Amino acid sequence: MPQISVTVNGKQHTSEVEPRTLLVHYLRETLSLTGTHIGCDTSQCGACVVHLNGDSVKACTILAVQVDGAEVLTIEGLAHDGVLHPLQEGFWEKHGLQCGYCTPGMIMAAADLLKHNPSPSDDEIRHGLEGNLCRCTGYENIVRAVKYAAEKMNEAPVAAD
Amino acid sequence: MTATEIKERIVGRSLKRREDPKLITGQGQYIDDIKLPGMVHAVLVRSPYAHANIKSIDTSAAKAHPGVVAVFTGEDMMDINPMPAAWQAGGVKNNAITPRALAVGKVAQVGDPVAIVIAEDRYVARDAAALVEVDYEPLDAVVDAKKATEPGAPQLHEGAPGNIVFEWDCGDKAKTDAAFASAEVSVSEPIINQRLIPTPIETRGAIARYDAATSEFTLWITSQAPHVHRLLLTAFVFGISETKLRCITVNVGGGFGQKIFCYNDMAFTMWVARKIGRPVKFIEDRSENYQYSTHGRDHITDAEICGTKDGQISGLRVKTYANIGAYFSTIAAGIPTTLYGRIVTGVYKIPAAYCHVTGTYTNTAMVDAYRGAGRPEASYLIERMIDRFAVEIGMDPAEVRRKNFIQPEDFPYENGLGLLPYDSGNYEPAMNKALEMAGYGDFRAKQAEARQNGKYLGLGMSSYVEICGVAPSAWIGLNGQGWGAGLWESANVRVHLTGKVVVTTGSLPHGQGLETTFAQIVAEELGVPYDDVEVQWGDTQGTPFGYGTYGSRSLTVGGTAIKRSLDKIKAKAKKLAAHMLEANEADIEFEDGKAFVKGSPDQAKTFGEIAAAAALSYSLPEGMEPSLDETSFYDPPNCTFPFGTHISLVEVDAATGHIDLLRYIAVDDCGNQINPMIVEGQIHGGIVQGLAQALYEGAVYDEDGQLLSGTLMDYAVPTAAMVPHIETASTVTPSPVNPLGVKGAGEAGTIASAQCVMNAVIDALSPFGVKHLQMPATPERVWQAIHGK
Repeated sequence: MPQISVTVNGKQHTSEVEPRTLLVHYLRETLSLTGTHIGCDTSQCGACVVHLNGDSVKACTILAVQVDGAEVLTIEGLAHDGVLHPLQEGFWEKHGLQCGYCTPGMIMAAADLLKHNPSPSDDEIRHGLEGNLCRCTGYENIVRAVKYAAEKMNEAPVAAD
Repeated sequence: MTATEIKERIVGRSLKRREDPKLITGQGQYIDDIKLPGMVHAVLVRSPYAHANIKSIDTSAAKAHPGVVAVFTGEDMMDINPMPAAWQAGGVKNNAITPRALAVGKVAQVGDPVAIVIAEDRYVARDAAALVEVDYEPLDAVVDAKKATEPGAPQLHEGAPGNIVFEWDCGDKAKTDAAFASAEVSVSEPIINQRLIPTPIETRGAIARYDAATSEFTLWITSQAPHVHRLLLTAFVFGISETKLRCITVNVGGGFGQKIFCYNDMAFTMWVARKIGRPVKFIEDRSENYQYSTHGRDHITDAEICGTKDGQISGLRVKTYANIGAYFSTIAAGIPTTLYGRIVTGVYKIPAAYCHVTGTYTNTAMVDAYRGAGRPEASYLIERMIDRFAVEIGMDPAEVRRKNFIQPEDFPYENGLGLLPYDSGNYEPAMNKALEMAGYGDFRAKQAEARQNGKYLGLGMSSYVEICGVAPSAWIGLNGQGWGAGLWESANVRVHLTGKVVVTTGSLPHGQGLETTFAQIVAEELGVPYDDVEVQWGDTQGTPFGYGTYGSRSLTVGGTAIKRSLDKIKAKAKKLAAHMLEANEADIEFEDGKAFVKGSPDQAKTFGEIAAAAALSYSLPEGMEPSLDETSFYDPPNCTFPFGTHISLVEVDAATGHIDLLRYIAVDDCGNQINPMIVEGQIHGGIVQGLAQALYEGAVYDEDGQLLSGTLMDYAVPTAAMVPHIETASTVTPSPVNPLGVKGAGEAGTIASAQCVMNAVIDALSPFGVKHLQMPATPERVWQAIHGK
């Protein structure tokens, strides 16, 4: 079986994987990172969105062997030192989740959206999250949550590192 | 300002949810996240045919595949009973044919499971499933609920001649026929409430483990009602004591009704776990969920309404064919009968009404409760017919509603359809508020002006009432409602020595924020810090029995069970405080977490001190048992009846048929609100599911019974970009039914919204002579309506 070496949430893993193993199954089954969810079998729902080398991808549409040498960020790696990412905070503050199943993918997709558009309008948020389905919230509070995060990220002083 | 006014209340505040920290960091635990030592994976072989005899099944190649542990067929599992039929249509004969763990002899729908492959790995199980050879003899199929009853239609089950599940009616037929015979105006319309797929983003599944030493099962399920599943699986399917099964539900990724029911995967995972002595996991993929887990709605109706030329409604006559699917799902028959026919007159005083429902089998997925369950179908029907009637007599639809509303002084109101009396309501203020928010005063002028410029604006309204907080056991269980059980709830409240409080509930939160809401009630009532309250649920070992979370009943019924335990705790605490303060119990006041003699609040005993004294029991009043630990059962005296008015504004592009949903306004009255943020969130989500029915969603089968909308590529669950901003407001009419004064909010949005949008679309299309349009109002369908096709 092919061997891959991948950095997930800052930690390096070397694993043997079947060539057909999907990234989402590798994360969930091999690394036990079960925060990344599966909601469909046609790449529609977005519950499995993670970041691959900084860009959002649907982990059900990538093979584990394709991430050899790459950096992957999942929902488990988004908070730093116990401090929530502004999007996590926003989803909590604005009731942007109910059952929570779509939430990890929604937050990871929104993080990518804000990276490319730090001050999105409501309309831009709605279109930016078109690849993610939520069945609970009607999206109203997800839009509010993303706006909250955008405002908070724009207010924060630039980290000096 | 008095002391009670200064005190910061916890009930009524929009506290952030305590459920969220784990869910936003990926630490939630859903069923597919569970791994047990030695666990194997199950994959099903499912029928590609909608209707066929099974001539033979060859499992030899699959069994020989490396990594396969076992392969079983339906014949192997004949030692367990078929799935139970828990809610049959009341007072009439039901031909209830339920599925077995796996199909035996024939299949009746696409996706019917015929064999199960057990392997060490999910990928291997799927490889091997493809090696199972099934020889089918295809039969003709029928998918339409009405055509299924016609002569010559393919017959699904021997025990259901004519594919009839039940024939049921309610109301007064003779009086209604007479009302129509003498009416000035009557209007009829064929109304189709299309089939929907609930689509929780988490699919369903089950994990079973069997301990041969104790002959005990543990079953992890993604469920809205684990206690009920435990009862049904043991008493009815396996014929074992319910003490031999523990059901555990962890985080549930959305339910919307689909996770209420007792499914065959619960039975076959248990059966296999016992057979092979290893834990077994089965998780549906999305296509399987769409093919085999329950669908909702699917009514074909002839509706007639009659009244006077000046807008007084005098009669409503309804004949409905309700599609039950290939088999009878757990509570399938209760939905299009008690929860539909009995509330089909909605918020109106209609003196004569009659509703006849025929439930039929077809070669489609089973149909059962989906968010709103019967009430959206009823509300859609009456609200469409009110608009249809208004157009017929040329009267403002708001005026027709106003003229026929049940009035505040009419409550408790009997609607003549065999329902319990509506508890309370005041419909006009909610409608007026919505009309004001929508700017209704000058809308018609704007609409006329826009039409001059070739723009087609439409405004639709929907005034709804629903049945929540189901239900008094003596009503739903007896007197012809057909529910084969009770519908009470129970709760235990236990105060630990340190004053920390644990609530265990039989309710099953799956996104509704019940942990937060229940903790708010406890903190408020006992005056303890909110963070000192823990709410536990989901494990039948350690929680008291509950019928589950659906029907917007968990706060009204489950919450009231908690309230009653709190009342008992407070009474005992008061008695103990009197003992501690050497005072007369009658002189003790309990307020804000402290007990004191009237007039001497400085000599108070805190709730923590009382809890410690109760737990240590060094000195208790004579006859008092140690500890503050109380269980209560609450069987409601009536259902609750939330209501409201929603309004939507649309613009239709006449060239393309595209609909732009410009505004959506919701004014809801769900009684008192414990956490308004959570209530609003429930309303938002409900509305979008309903407007999605109006504009986008529909489960489509072809004539051979193939599900054409079988994946999320084909079934149009809306994205954020497909739905509007939602404007909400509320009125508050406390329910007199329960001490919390709450009515329920989980389904209201869905019950109100489909017809709200359709009424707007049809209003916009009125210059083209369109009086009705079936859902979903896709651009193609709208374009055809504009062009008279």
